[in-house]
Amino acid sequence: MTAVGPAAARPGDPAAEEVGEPGAVAKGAEQDVWAALGRRYAVGPSLQPTLDELSRPGRSSHKVPHAPPDALAGVPAEHRRREPLALPELSEPDVIRHFVNLSQLNYSVDGGFYPLGSCTMKFNPKVNEWAARLPGFAALHPLAPDALAQGTLELMWELERWLAEISGMAAVTLQPAAGAHGELTGILMIRAYHHARGDTDRREVIVPDTSHGTNPATASMAGFRTVTVRSAADGGVDLEALKAALGPRTAAVMLTNPSTLGLFETRIEGLLDAVHEAGALAYMDGANMNAVLGKFRPGQAGFDVMHFNTHKTFSTPHGGGGPGAGPVAVGPALVPFLPGPRVVREEDRSLRLERPGERPHSIGRVRSYQGSVGVLVRAYAYLLAHGGSGLVQVSEDAVLAANYLRRRVGEAYELPYEQACKHEFVASARQLKARSGVRMLDVAKRLIDKGFHPPTIYFPLIVDEGMLVEPTETEPLETLDAFAEALLEIAAEAEADPELLRQAPHEAPVRRLDEATAARQPDLRWRPMTGAQTPCPD
Amino acid sequence: MAYSPHTPADRGRMREALGIDTVDALFDDIPARVRANGLDLPEPLSELEVARQLQGLAERNRTGVTSFLGAGAYRHHIPAAVDAVLSRGEFYTAYTPYQPEISQGTLQTIYEFQSLIAELTGLDVVSASHYDGAAAMAEAALMTVRATRRNRVLASRAIHRHFLDTARTYFAGGEMTLEELPTAADGTTDLGALERELASSDEPVAGVLMGQPNAFGLLEPMAEAARQAHDAGALFVAVVEPVSLAVLAPPAEYGADICVGEGQPLGIGLQYGGPYLGLLAARPDLVRQVPGRLVGRTTDVEGRRAYVMTLRAREQDIRRDKAASNICTNQALCALAATVYLATLGPHGLRDVAALGAARARELEQALAAIGVERVHSMAYLNEFAIRVPDAQAVHARLLERGVLAGLPLARWYPEDEQLRDALLVCATEVTSAVDIGHFAEALREELP
Amino acid sequence: MTVEIPEDLRYTEDHEWLRLEGEEGIVGITAYAAGELGDVVFVELPAVGTALEKSQSFGVIESVKTASDLYSPLAGEVVAVNERLAEHPELVNDDPYGEGWMVRLKLADPSAVDDLQAAADYSRLVEAG
Repeated sequence: MTAVGPAAARPGDPAAEEVGEPGAVAKGAEQDVWAALGRRYAVGPSLQPTLDELSRPGRSSHKVPHAPPDALAGVPAEHRRREPLALPELSEPDVIRHFVNLSQLNYSVDGGFYPLGSCTMKFNPKVNEWAARLPGFAALHPLAPDALAQGTLELMWELERWLAEISGMAAVTLQPAAGAHGELTGILMIRAYHHARGDTDRREVIVPDTSHGTNPATASMAGFRTVTVRSAADGGVDLEALKAALGPRTAAVMLTNPSTLGLFETRIEGLLDAVHEAGALAYMDGANMNAVLGKFRPGQAGFDVMHFNTHKTFSTPHGGGGPGAGPVAVGPALVPFLPGPRVVREEDRSLRLERPGERPHSIGRVRSYQGSVGVLVRAYAYLLAHGGSGLVQVSEDAVLAANYLRRRVGEAYELPYEQACKHEFVASARQLKARSGVRMLDVAKRLIDKGFHPPTIYFPLIVDEGMLVEPTETEPLETLDAFAEALLEIAAEAEADPELLRQAPHEAPVRRLDEATAARQPDLRWRPMTGAQTPCPD
Repeated sequence: MAYSPHTPADRGRMREALGIDTVDALFDDIPARVRANGLDLPEPLSELEVARQLQGLAERNRTGVTSFLGAGAYRHHIPAAVDAVLSRGEFYTAYTPYQPEISQGTLQTIYEFQSLIAELTGLDVVSASHYDGAAAMAEAALMTVRATRRNRVLASRAIHRHFLDTARTYFAGGEMTLEELPTAADGTTDLGALERELASSDEPVAGVLMGQPNAFGLLEPMAEAARQAHDAGALFVAVVEPVSLAVLAPPAEYGADICVGEGQPLGIGLQYGGPYLGLLAARPDLVRQVPGRLVGRTTDVEGRRAYVMTLRAREQDIRRDKAASNICTNQALCALAATVYLATLGPHGLRDVAALGAARARELEQALAAIGVERVHSMAYLNEFAIRVPDAQAVHARLLERGVLAGLPLARWYPEDEQLRDALLVCATEVTSAVDIGHFAEALREELP
Repeated sequence: MTVEIPEDLRYTEDHEWLRLEGEEGIVGITAYAAGELGDVVFVELPAVGTALEKSQSFGVIESVKTASDLYSPLAGEVVAVNERLAEHPELVNDDPYGEGWMVRLKLADPSAVDDLQAAADYSRLVEAG
């Protein structure tokens, strides 16, 4: 399987008359699509041609001056492109209309409720967008001398202090670009810590069976073997199972608290004691911090290192998959190993970056420059707006809303755990499936018809036909009630008309997709364009 | 309260439904000894006050200097259309497209991004993005180890210093080794040394990494190096600057198996280092080794063309400890910026950006030569090169006081290299003007003995 | 739901089957496993000549939503793999005991096949799970 381009001929090609190849759309259907796509730009959700299909020879926009004819005289022929670069030729109106129309096919937080457990899809404040675009922040080169960067360095310094206070830790690095990146940073620091003490046999990392997939993947990337321990019946980590797995080969235990089930680890003290008694360090996945701001400070409780997800707890936007940021906070033992360069405050109050070699035990860089500063500006603006008391209110509202919603959803779906949840809860369609044959997947797809983005489904893995629901603190009560009512309606529909659910969604711009063919015959790029249609002006 | 819609009445209703008097009841299960009592942080601020504070911080940065600094992050004109699209809430507040039926906007733009980068590089499998060029390079190095089942990676010392540092950090966790290849006196990678390292049979090489242009701005003999790598059964990884691909040979043409690079020049602001855009493209038969998300085209049950994340079994949520990478959140919105940038500029516009940079760089070279400042190297460059200035670091500081940012003192990255002790790495792009060049030459002339 | 479990095969707890042919064994996954996986999109198979121990992983089977390791029921050397699965992974779903076979092993100890589960035992395992 080596083909990664479209198997179907492009509409308008003579080859479009051929009988479909594997993966090709039936001729009639493709032409109907083309008719809908090509004849007019629809307002509202509509499928769009791709940029190469919109391209017309000679279309362009005059964004920069033309280069002089001898501009490349200094570049030897053997390094030059032989074939002219082929990219779509478009005018600015084409481009804008294309992307505006595509945007209409997207669900987004600005447009609706995303009760995705473990994602914290809270509102993305608009002043944060304004702040990140200030030219003073946006136009600053990463290698600019420290004297030119005092504003950003001050912001980074302050942000580190805020995060240290929130986490109850000694110090923070802002370098990691995402939660998983923060996990890797933290596990590499733990590795360096053990090695610095001459302890090189600790090759294992323990994770609970409820852990997010990034935890074991991180352990593998850092060269560790993952050992998984089961959860107890109440959803918390089984302390005896943990003790049995701990030993002289354990480097670290990665825990999420509250857990990925949305439950606070009530045995946390015993868990952390056991970890430390075995000579291992405790890592906390901070994805669920929205539940416990000002209520639980991981460093104060005994964790050695943790990461934050600014795109969860601190409102930085998800952007269709990123960018986020994953700052990591550490206790005193790990400070020497933090990635560098760190921000340093001089006696005259000016700020600078550490010089190479200034902190010899640092694990080094985990990225090109100092951090995803554009994202961090947004997080900092969020923190300033809330202050300490505001952040506590965030957690109280998030937890209150989740428990309220849990009670309502429990009217028609099984709630596997009795403990009051924190900011998210699990529910199960196991009994619904037994009665009607309908699966949680079908419930989720039917929610789309009701106007909602589905919650997280089939995670954590230990819940059968599970959904993980997180309302966050920025949803009005009427939205919570509407969502609960939609779920109850779906439960009723499951018994009355299961096929309706199995065929859902009915109302979306596209319906259920052929994911098997997408994986068996990957079509990952449009058919290669065969050279610019018009010669370069020079 | 900043962004929560809940009124005291709403909270009362929710508490009543739960049969509790205060919200504290929901936090009772936190053991007393680990319970925190609030945060020692300032009071909340209104939007006016937040804006004022951030404005003040932004104004303390100095971005108005005449800059010739590149070294991995480049000033380009970003068409207004890019921000017009990126500011749409439907794009920037959307989640990862796990529910494809309601994410076709995001999914199609990722497919278009993949296609555009495939056109630029000639390599057909393109990851939906990595954190930045350095992370992409580290991931590519790990790919060569997985694909060849060998443990040794060779990387030219003339790759961006921070990329090499990052790869070293990533490699610390395993059995793999990363060794630097020396450069020859002319500033390009020493191919004789490469040949010797590849020939040593007790430690076969998984991958060979080289930059084009390299960290000194010079053009490298990529085809020859790729040939040597392949003869030894190793993969060849090109580390490229994407705008240059408008005029330079695409990596597929000179035999690269994998190509990585920093996508910041494609419509993304400098932002003191991020968020940026890690590019990674590979030959189709390496698709199962590629880390990161991939979007594919398919059909729905009614035959409509549609897009979906595919080959997901490579990713962390399914493969867990056996995943190709731990990456989850990526740089999707930055990839969208690159897509809009490339769509707006088109093939001729991108070529003009690259060629104008080259033209301005030659003018810069001539203006500096006219005041007696020569290049360190003589091999060909595109738009970045090193000049020799006596007492470079001190001169650099004095030029800064005159409002000129004279590139990067290379002694910072190569402290032991005599040849680079007095070198400044300078670059020009399409935003560099003749006035800028004049200002630089004039100021430098006055600072020279 | 009745799942096909042929009488003439032997089974493992990991849902592989083995058909004994003289000194060789042909290995695949059961209809139950294929059903649980959903549409198979890729099967990663070992190189011919690979030596396998009993229960050693010999490859990976991927569906749209999951990936699972494949375990060798018995010790042996891989003498053939089903090359058709590269272009037609769906054969595992359509004909798991026939065209969907995966590897052929030259068995280290053919008599060890008696240690594997018979159809009736495997059938009970499936019903319990």
